[in-house]
Amino acid sequence: MSCKRMENKLVAFMDGRATASDRRAVESHLAQCEACRARVEGFEGVWSMLGELPFHEPTEAFDVRLRARLAAEPVRPSFWAGILPSPRLALAVTVLAVFSLWLGSRPMPGNPAGPSSPAVESEFRMIEDLQVLENYDVLTSLDMHQQLPAENAPKVHKN
Amino acid sequence: MARSDVQLMLGVRAGDDTSFELLLQRYRTPLVSFLYRMVRDSAQAEDLAQEVFLRVYRARKDYAPSAKFTTWLFRIATNLALNSLRDGRHRQMEISIDQNMDDGEQEQARIDVVDKAPGIEQHLLDRHRAAMIRRAVDSLPEKQRAAVLLHKYLEQDYSEIARTLDCSESALKSLLFRAYETLRVQLAPLVDPNGARGF
Repeated sequence: MSCKRMENKLVAFMDGRATASDRRAVESHLAQCEACRARVEGFEGVWSMLGELPFHEPTEAFDVRLRARLAAEPVRPSFWAGILPSPRLALAVTVLAVFSLWLGSRPMPGNPAGPSSPAVESEFRMIEDLQVLENYDVLTSLDMHQQLPAENAPKVHKN
Repeated sequence: MARSDVQLMLGVRAGDDTSFELLLQRYRTPLVSFLYRMVRDSAQAEDLAQEVFLRVYRARKDYAPSAKFTTWLFRIATNLALNSLRDGRHRQMEISIDQNMDDGEQEQARIDVVDKAPGIEQHLLDRHRAAMIRRAVDSLPEKQRAAVLLHKYLEQDYSEIARTLDCSESALKSLLFRAYETLRVQLAPLVDPNGARGF
């Protein structure tokens, strides 16, 4: 295998994560390639040196600042808050709805036939008497009076 | 037994602030260290680390344990660091060895020099060696640097690093090879041919 094809396998060989077959291929190549052998040794030296660098510790103020920022985080809005984004708007909508209902229940000025007027109440009483309604056509038809027998007709006095 | 990252994050999702505190304690130092190595500025590293934790906290309700917590955490951190570097607001073009250390490190170094007066020569050599290693890592291109930090210090799998850097595993291995090859050349003076530490 060529040195170029080795390139992508050398790091995994160095850190011990290479597959068994890749490891065998690299070992076979290194046995006959001095340049790649030197490269792998160099990688192992770098790997070791990187371990000499210490962690960079955060300052003591880090936690204090972070807690302050977390405390300032807004509380996630609820579903209803999404529909009514502010309490003031919710109150305004409620007041408007109540006012509209109250306004609708009042008789309009200049309209005496409102829901509570006497004329409307008498119509409702008439509707309650269904028998009258059923015979309404018969009672109001003049044709029926014309078909009455003559003896029953009112006599006309001739002078 | 210590609770796993996923168990703690599920606790955070359920509103348990103690779980978040435990995650913070667990990953505060690795995260700040990683970001410090990426942006090379202590204050900026802390600001970015805070932003990472805030984003985790804000996303707690939507958390689903589909990926490893550390992959998610350091993916946020890497993206923030790369964006910050691209913005260039905190980039330092030329950094001397001493400037490379923040104030705390410099102060500690001065104290150490006084305390270890008998071995002062060795101590100075150690400082010089550490500075060379740090400078070699800092000089890597941003994506190569992120790959090496995630690979070496966080011991992430190739698949995790590839996901974080948004590239294929094959491209990542090539990226790592180039990074380690650059480091090998730059740090060759520190490598003792007999296997011991140089200098």
